[in-house]
Amino acid sequence: MAESSRPAATAASSAPLLSVRDLRTYFYTENGVAKSVNGVSFDVGAGETVGLVGESGCGKSVTALSLLRLIRPPGRIEAGSKILFDGRDLITIDESAMRAVRGARIAMVFQEPMTALNPVFTVGDQIAEVVRVHGDGGRRDAWDRAVKMLETVGIASPAQRANDYPHQLSGGMRQRVVIAMALVMNPALVIADEPTTALDVTIQAQILELLRDLQQRLGTSILLITHDLGVVAETVSRVIVMYGGEVVEEASVNELFSAAHHPYTEGLLNAMPRVGHERERLATIPGTVPPPTSWPSGCRFHDRCPYAWERCVSEHPPLYQIGAGHISRCHLAAEPERRLKAHEPFATKASP
Amino acid sequence: MTASTRAALSRIWSIRATRWSGAIIVGLFLVAIFAKYVAPYSPSAQLDIVHLKNLAPSHAHPFGTDAYSRDVLSRVIFGARISLSVAALSVLLATTIGSAYGVVAGYVGGRVDATMMHILDALLSIPRVLLLLAVLALWQPVGLAGLILLLGVTGWYGTSRLVRAEVRSARDREYMVAARALGASHWRIVRRHLLPNIAGPIIVAATLGVANVIVLEAGLSFLGVGAREPNASWGTIFLSGSSAPTDTWWVALFPGLAIVVTVLAFNVLGDALRDVLDPRQLPGGIPASDTTTHTQPRTG
Repeated sequence: MAESSRPAATAASSAPLLSVRDLRTYFYTENGVAKSVNGVSFDVGAGETVGLVGESGCGKSVTALSLLRLIRPPGRIEAGSKILFDGRDLITIDESAMRAVRGARIAMVFQEPMTALNPVFTVGDQIAEVVRVHGDGGRRDAWDRAVKMLETVGIASPAQRANDYPHQLSGGMRQRVVIAMALVMNPALVIADEPTTALDVTIQAQILELLRDLQQRLGTSILLITHDLGVVAETVSRVIVMYGGEVVEEASVNELFSAAHHPYTEGLLNAMPRVGHERERLATIPGTVPPPTSWPSGCRFHDRCPYAWERCVSEHPPLYQIGAGHISRCHLAAEPERRLKAHEPFATKASP
Repeated sequence: MTASTRAALSRIWSIRATRWSGAIIVGLFLVAIFAKYVAPYSPSAQLDIVHLKNLAPSHAHPFGTDAYSRDVLSRVIFGARISLSVAALSVLLATTIGSAYGVVAGYVGGRVDATMMHILDALLSIPRVLLLLAVLALWQPVGLAGLILLLGVTGWYGTSRLVRAEVRSARDREYMVAARALGASHWRIVRRHLLPNIAGPIIVAATLGVANVIVLEAGLSFLGVGAREPNASWGTIFLSGSSAPTDTWWVALFPGLAIVVTVLAFNVLGDALRDVLDPRQLPGGIPASDTTTHTQPRTG
């Protein structure tokens, strides 16, 4: 669906750094067309940290890969999608121009620091490689920048560590190396796809602290992709919640935590463990994300939603403006009194 | 030399089997290269056709002499040149073709891969020895370069299959995607990330391939279509001795032994290298924590 009439979620000042409009990424599989990302629009401002949140399979990682045009066949970014960045539409530029964007203007931090590093090269080599790919100076110079970058991401005795192989470093150190690779060209935007998921909790906090610190020092925009609202709360200023390949809610982090509108966001918040609520069973959202080849009719969340009524089954909700910078894809915005009539979601009734 | 290469070499050296098989192979190559200085006689010199023919091994002629009074030791030493260079160069050619074919098929994938693999299946259905016999029967006399070319272009199928499989498993590892995400071109990724990670199995296959080609070349020479005078290989010498195996057994025995020892050494070295160069045993080849499974975890 076209999103030309999309309500403004950002209290937009000037033109944002990244502007995604109606992004649709489909996978043409044997089981049908998987509409993994289906009409996603959002902005990331310069120097802003934005969280992209959702369960596995909601399309957040595919969105990230789409931004860098790293979708492989049978996946395809559909015509009409727009990714405006640096005043250009990344969908239309040629491959060599896109390569110049990757790593230099938009960089990506991957989830698994174990596997995101090549086992047969030293970490210094791998960071220097990024510099050399972008043709920035000679071998010596690239190595010096790699060492300096290791220092920037808080690795002690960087000149020695640069000669280490990935397996010689701890998980947290490796993730610092991956971050150093992403930041060495001083990109305008860093996409961090679950950067802390594979790490111990204490290390998670350190890495988030590092990201926050680097963002403030270097002025880099960060798109933080995660399923963990706890991570979001500590790190970002604005949150985009995805479900079923769509944006279902977008709000500032304070607004989202104090006044979430969409029932899915509500469910995610209720599923978070909280300090002070002892020995209580965590709430869950019944059912699972439906396969992207067959989204349900109407609202894609309706069979898992405790408020769903006939309208939710028949009519796909648009993004409603809830407040300043707050949008939600839920008919409750039109009929708020329905929120009082919570019931068992259809999903639990269907499968007792 | 990088630290990982050094580490791999020291691990190779720590295994007894690789030490002795490696020593034999290095020794054979040295003998072949310096044949002129090592061999007591010229391989084609007829020393004395009346008095010195068909002599049994003795102090003067440790491997004896043949029907033309040539010194068999010298012939075997010079034969090493032919046998080893034919094997090494044709395997080099085969490995290059096979790696290129396998990398293209495995990396590009999809329809290109399917088509290339169908072509390979068709090629594999042609028996190699029969094909070589047919071509060599028509192409006479074949020079050494021709022999190397023929053995090379018929010997890459296995390597390309192996390389394709390795590439397909390496291709989707996260560091390949990460390299793309940081702006590397496909060519750069193949060169810098893919090939170093699949070099181990290729080296193993090439080592075992040398043993295979030595036997094959000896067989062809024995059938009279391989290397021939004055470029006598071990197979050629063996053929000349096999006409009278009971009277002059030494003419066939010593080149035969040379073949056996060389093939054994290459096979032992190849097997040992397979243990050492297994990517799962390279430092961090597969994440150390990932001990439960031998396949790369797919994340996404």
